[in-house]
Amino acid sequence: MGHPAVLPVQEHKMPTLETTFAGIKCLNPFWLASAPPTNCGEQIMRAFDAGWGGAVWKTIGEQVTNVSSRYSSIDWNGQKMMGFNNIELISDRPPEVNLREMAEVKRRYPKHVVIASLMVESKREVWHEMVQRAEDAGVDGLELNFGCPHGMSERGMGSAVGQVPEYCQQITGWVKEKALTPVIVKLTPNISDIRMAARAAKRGGADALSAINTINSITGIDLDTLEPRPNVDGKSSHGGYCGPAVKPIALNMVQQVMSDPLAALPMSGIGGIGSWQDAAEFMLLGAGTVQVCTAAMHFGYRIVEDMGDGLLAWMRRKGYETIEDFRGLSLPNMREWKNLNLNFRVVAEIHADRCIGCQLCYTACWDGAHQCIHLDRVDGGMEQPVLGTDPRYAQHEANPHGKPTPAMVFAQSVKTIATTPIPKLDLDGEGSNSAVTPLHRIPRVDVDECVGCNLCSLVCPVPECITMERVETGLPAETWAERVANAESVKA
Amino acid sequence: MSEATNFFSKAGVSAEVAARFADLHPPLEKTAAVTEALRCLYCFDAPCMGACPTHIDVPKFIKKIASGNLEGSARTILDANILGASCSRACPVQVLCEGACVMHRYNKQPIEIGRLQRFAMDALHASGDPLPFTPGADTGKRVALIGGGPASLACAAELRRRGVRAEIFDARPLPGGLNTYGIAEYKLPLAESLREIDMLAELGVEFHFEMVVGVEKLAELEASYDAVFLGMGLGAIHKLGVAGEELEGVTNALDFIAGYKSGTLKNVPSRVAVIGAGNTAIDAANAAVRLGAKEVHMVYRRGSQEMSAFAFEYEHARKEGVRFLWHVTPVKVVGEKKVEALELARLESTEDGSLVPKADQHVLLEVDLVVLAIGQGTHAEFVSAAAGADAGKIRLERGRIVIDRETGQTSNPKFFAGGDCTNGGREVVDAVADGKRAGIGIAVWLGGAILHPTHRDEAAMNGAPGGLAGSGAQDANT
Repeated sequence: MGHPAVLPVQEHKMPTLETTFAGIKCLNPFWLASAPPTNCGEQIMRAFDAGWGGAVWKTIGEQVTNVSSRYSSIDWNGQKMMGFNNIELISDRPPEVNLREMAEVKRRYPKHVVIASLMVESKREVWHEMVQRAEDAGVDGLELNFGCPHGMSERGMGSAVGQVPEYCQQITGWVKEKALTPVIVKLTPNISDIRMAARAAKRGGADALSAINTINSITGIDLDTLEPRPNVDGKSSHGGYCGPAVKPIALNMVQQVMSDPLAALPMSGIGGIGSWQDAAEFMLLGAGTVQVCTAAMHFGYRIVEDMGDGLLAWMRRKGYETIEDFRGLSLPNMREWKNLNLNFRVVAEIHADRCIGCQLCYTACWDGAHQCIHLDRVDGGMEQPVLGTDPRYAQHEANPHGKPTPAMVFAQSVKTIATTPIPKLDLDGEGSNSAVTPLHRIPRVDVDECVGCNLCSLVCPVPECITMERVETGLPAETWAERVANAESVKA
Repeated sequence: MSEATNFFSKAGVSAEVAARFADLHPPLEKTAAVTEALRCLYCFDAPCMGACPTHIDVPKFIKKIASGNLEGSARTILDANILGASCSRACPVQVLCEGACVMHRYNKQPIEIGRLQRFAMDALHASGDPLPFTPGADTGKRVALIGGGPASLACAAELRRRGVRAEIFDARPLPGGLNTYGIAEYKLPLAESLREIDMLAELGVEFHFEMVVGVEKLAELEASYDAVFLGMGLGAIHKLGVAGEELEGVTNALDFIAGYKSGTLKNVPSRVAVIGAGNTAIDAANAAVRLGAKEVHMVYRRGSQEMSAFAFEYEHARKEGVRFLWHVTPVKVVGEKKVEALELARLESTEDGSLVPKADQHVLLEVDLVVLAIGQGTHAEFVSAAAGADAGKIRLERGRIVIDRETGQTSNPKFFAGGDCTNGGREVVDAVADGKRAGIGIAVWLGGAILHPTHRDEAAMNGAPGGLAGSGAQDANT
């Protein structure tokens, strides 16, 4: 009589979201950015209960008076708040109230990260005093708001500092003279090269960076009253733009900084982050934590649950145990244009079995790209031999085969006589068998003309209907930089 | 001669009928319309446009709803289909635009094109604005149009936009033909048809009512007008050809539907039988239910697979509570002075597809009202006799006027035709498309008329005050 076999507990290494950012231990990398969701202690404690790992307190400084109204947004195709804009200033609560609540939050949530965002007038002793008061409240770190682009900048603070590298370096230096906790400098995107401000912060001794702050913006104008939004007694002022629309801009700026050895520091990514995918993308470009505002303002603190859940699931699938395992892994894949392989080529392939016949790829290619998608599957298009030419080098003529233009196609359709199909008699009406895409509506790619721009695959509403397929050019990889160098060496 | 306009006010709308025949497809509320409009993919050379007999540029008008340009949306619709409001309600969109929607192939609901079109047209009507077109400069030409249904109305609109006078002659007291009198009230109320025609009257279309055009009158019109458009539709509904058909309580679907729509028929007895299984039969049967009948049967000689009604109409009738008697045919209408019952014979299909009654299997269906809906006959034969000797006769085939599909011209060049009298009976939108082509065809034939009427916005995009680019190129194409 043997013992039943007992399976040993598998020692799976489950991924963790715990991380350390510039020396600050974090339960997870999800912080609320300094903004209305972090106005007061009551909010921040509820946010921690919902799962946020940290919060950057709404910027404190000399108490301000805000205007009414303050926010405006851009909706896109029925989706609300694609882009969001605000003209709210820093905290309009007395600093002592904020500091008292910070201490209370830290006492009740000792493992959660509380960062004090600071903005005071550009005087050394004023900064020293504010640093002292914040650290006395027990915060885990300081974020210097050198980014706010509206209102405060008119008073010589916020982006007025961030836009001038010398100021940025000097104030960072003052803060570092005093600070005992890590100092994060928040960068403004309203500058021609964000690396200049980042390098200045690094020279000033900053421990970390956060980017980006909001972008100067006017979201729109009321076409009845001609008054821009947000409306303050009939007038408006440029605000700070954020939300999903700014993510690509933020990713680029984060990458620029993180790829620059003179600027790179621990980075807290900010800008349009609302999902775990967004967070992962910022981290792949080097961010160690991410900060969220607009998405939380739109949907509430609860969004953090899927940000964590989804990111952990992705980490499991990819085999990453910690954020450090994948942080920055996409940085080497970003390079200057001149270092891209000119001899790499893709062409569009339309998978007819998936095509629904909307012909958006056709009109996009004709009007917005290179006139190489045609509606000729029933007119011999499929029998056209593929020569293997690369149009980037071989041809420079639009529509070399004289295919019908969109206007010609449309004019033909308008002339066609259509009638309502009578049941049991007519089986050929356009509306009578809509389950199958008629062959004449499935576009064809002229492979010899396609430059591989991606546009058709981007406009196609059906997933995986148009794919970009690699074509062997038979040429060794060559970048523009190499080509120029080779040409020069030949000359020499 | 021409009547004063405002036909809409002449619609005797009965509150009870309105309540019983509430919209089958209720109007879209604004937010819902914009949401639905945003779902449209904006296909190029869209299949919905191709499927529409009048080729309304559907993605274009839908985009304008999404952008809040309702004025432009209505104009886009009307430019292609002057009866865009009626068609938005009456069209069998399932087999037309919505049937062709690419969403079917994407595992999604098709765009609700019909309801969006109605939304744009309702917005125009609510604005109180006239049609966004102006009559063309007077060419001095005059066209007589026989019949005031959709084909003639569409033809007349094209003529007016090209500066041709258009005078409609109709046998009824109100214009619109079957559009006014023949479409189920829950799809297109009589008043809505008239509202649309009021706008045509503002464009200068003239009307002569209660005017039956026969051989002599047609000859007179031919002599005094520059061209004649024949849009008189089909004739009476076929008779059953069985004993007892003349009894009180036997009517036909067209009179029945026109009766309740115009308010002369207010209620029905409790047991109704509708003979036939086409779309008109369904409309009659559903109306009988809504007018208070307790038991409505549809009687058809073949099975559900063979019925000529659209599948969605059949489903609708089932939901209304209509019962179906398949594979039977009436052999006798039974009754003393009034209808009391229908004697039905069971039918069997033979190998060659013909139907043979089973002599021993007769059933008696007790009914109080019999509504015949077994197809309309033609009534165009007189036109061939009327056409002037020098111009040649108008050719008919199986009672239908033969036309050149692109121009609507008959074998007698002065006569054009369209709608049911040429196609044997199709939808409103088919008649509109016919009328539109014929209107353009007549203008071309008369010569001198402008071929491409521009409206103010088209002119503006070309640099003219108030108007659109592209119309210049369009003109070059014609």
